[in-house]
Amino acid sequence: MGEKVGRQSFRFANPPVVVAAANIVGPMEGQGPLGSQFDWVMSDLLFGEQTWERAESKMLRESAKLALHKSNWQPREIDYFLAGDLLNQIISASFAARGLEIPFLGLFGACSTFAEAIVVGSMLIDGGFGGRVLLACSSHHNTAERQFRFPLEQGVQRPPFAQWTVTGSGAMVLASSGTGPKVTMGTAGKVIDLGVSDPNNMGPAMAPAAADTLIAHFQDTGTDPSAYDLILSGDLGTVGSDALKELMRMHGYRLEENYQDGGLLIYDLAGQDVHAGGSGCGCSATVFTGAILNRLRDAQYRRVLLVATGALLSPTSSQQGETIPGIAQAVVIEA
Amino acid sequence: MKFLLAFVIGGLICLIGQLVMDMTRASVTPAHVLVGYVTGGAILSALGLYQPLVNLAGAGATIPLSGFGHSLAQGAIKAVQTRGLLGAFAGGIEAAAVGVVAAVVFGYAAAVLFNPKD
Amino acid sequence: MNENAGFNKQQQDVAEFQGLIDQVRPKHAYLKNAIMAFLVGGTICLIGQCILQIYTGQGLEQQQAQAATAATMVFLGAFLTGIGVYDQIGKYGGAGSIVPITGFANSIVAPAMEARREGYVFGVGAKMFTIAGPVLVYGFLISVLIGISFFLLR
Repeated sequence: MGEKVGRQSFRFANPPVVVAAANIVGPMEGQGPLGSQFDWVMSDLLFGEQTWERAESKMLRESAKLALHKSNWQPREIDYFLAGDLLNQIISASFAARGLEIPFLGLFGACSTFAEAIVVGSMLIDGGFGGRVLLACSSHHNTAERQFRFPLEQGVQRPPFAQWTVTGSGAMVLASSGTGPKVTMGTAGKVIDLGVSDPNNMGPAMAPAAADTLIAHFQDTGTDPSAYDLILSGDLGTVGSDALKELMRMHGYRLEENYQDGGLLIYDLAGQDVHAGGSGCGCSATVFTGAILNRLRDAQYRRVLLVATGALLSPTSSQQGETIPGIAQAVVIEA
Repeated sequence: MKFLLAFVIGGLICLIGQLVMDMTRASVTPAHVLVGYVTGGAILSALGLYQPLVNLAGAGATIPLSGFGHSLAQGAIKAVQTRGLLGAFAGGIEAAAVGVVAAVVFGYAAAVLFNPKD
Repeated sequence: MNENAGFNKQQQDVAEFQGLIDQVRPKHAYLKNAIMAFLVGGTICLIGQCILQIYTGQGLEQQQAQAATAATMVFLGAFLTGIGVYDQIGKYGGAGSIVPITGFANSIVAPAMEARREGYVFGVGAKMFTIAGPVLVYGFLISVLIGISFFLLR
């Protein structure tokens, strides 16, 4: 059985193994620098469905099925399905789950959901509550725009610091044994709000939460940034990752070349019209299950610290002038 | 000359909106800008300041949404003179009726006939 | 909270962080945006002026010609939104494409078009007025207030 380490962290006794992973992305993400690392690039955002919402749910379902297929297990051999997304009442995840016949635990941590699912899934396995967990997270640019911002065809200008919601879904199968990278440690984040209220400016809203979780992780585990080949934040974008670096520096930690952000990796910021980079549940889920996991398998990376961040706002809370609470969940995956 | 003035005045009216959006908080959305223009145009019109702009720039003053506020205000003012208090209620919408109904009819048609692009 | 580090929603932390964001956040391209708004808005008004001239040339009196021009521009705005062009104009034009009456038409069509799957009543019918509704509400309110003021001052 694993143990709690310090105030917020935990270490697994029998680290769960990432036995399989799969992802599906939209056309824009397929054209990005990581395009070749994804399993499936959709030719359009409708994915053969009538609505974008259905397309997102299908994307989540298909990525989960593909990960299952790669693991060579049937749905009935899986103990839990953990999934989440950005839409109200996490419909993408629960609608995808209705066809899978696997006990389902729905999760919401906004864009941090992917890391949250890894944390919960690993705890379930290491705690002995099951041997195999399937997890998946999705986001879709058009459904997110509709829910959080403006209709697609409305002629509005995106400010230079706005981020572009990634269309994509990533899924993983975790198991108590097998071959593959292992989830060894994690840190559960606290909700942090430093008063950012602009829903176009999510990176900075989440950066303090990322810094808080990272600092807690380093203190609890007695490590520092140099202990990792890669520290990957989920989707802070240019502004958010600059803010994170500065916050970390103020607390005595330097994030150097081994620090990267999923939102900056997934797009070509100069060539693709995405302003400050990518965001959304699908951002960390697809970047991690694609490029990063490939490098862990090749042992190019030995130790990766994934810190996925979420902005816990709703359209109602924004209209009521509430500031945006942020959350960050961290997991350590070792080759 | 009329064309040049329409271009310049119309452009300047829009430029003010851009400055308002860029220099204020994010909570100022296009909806707030449009509401502001209609209300502002109506008030300027009531003070007698908007008609000179229309005389000068033509469509440069009537096409921006402040022009919509202007026709609402002028409609109400004129109707009050002939019909009294009832005119205050009917005049505005009567003057703007063609634009409003056109927006509903063409807007509905476009929304039903077209699909959003990716 | 961690004893050594941690972020509180305290006045000092918040103020310090806001200062930090202002440093790292890219600024709006004020000048470029303003010029583009001027050019795009001006061009739309110029097109309106051309249409107005055509209608007055056809012998319509000024008031009628203006109404017909407004209706025509609304049609153009709705059509360009439908074929997916208006949001592209808006990306560059900013307020230059929002403030003209074509932008009003865009604000009606854009939400309604993608809400069609939610039905013709709560989808199209209701969503047409997400932005146009407030504009009409405040437009009518102010016109009635102005009418009543002029009635009282008569």
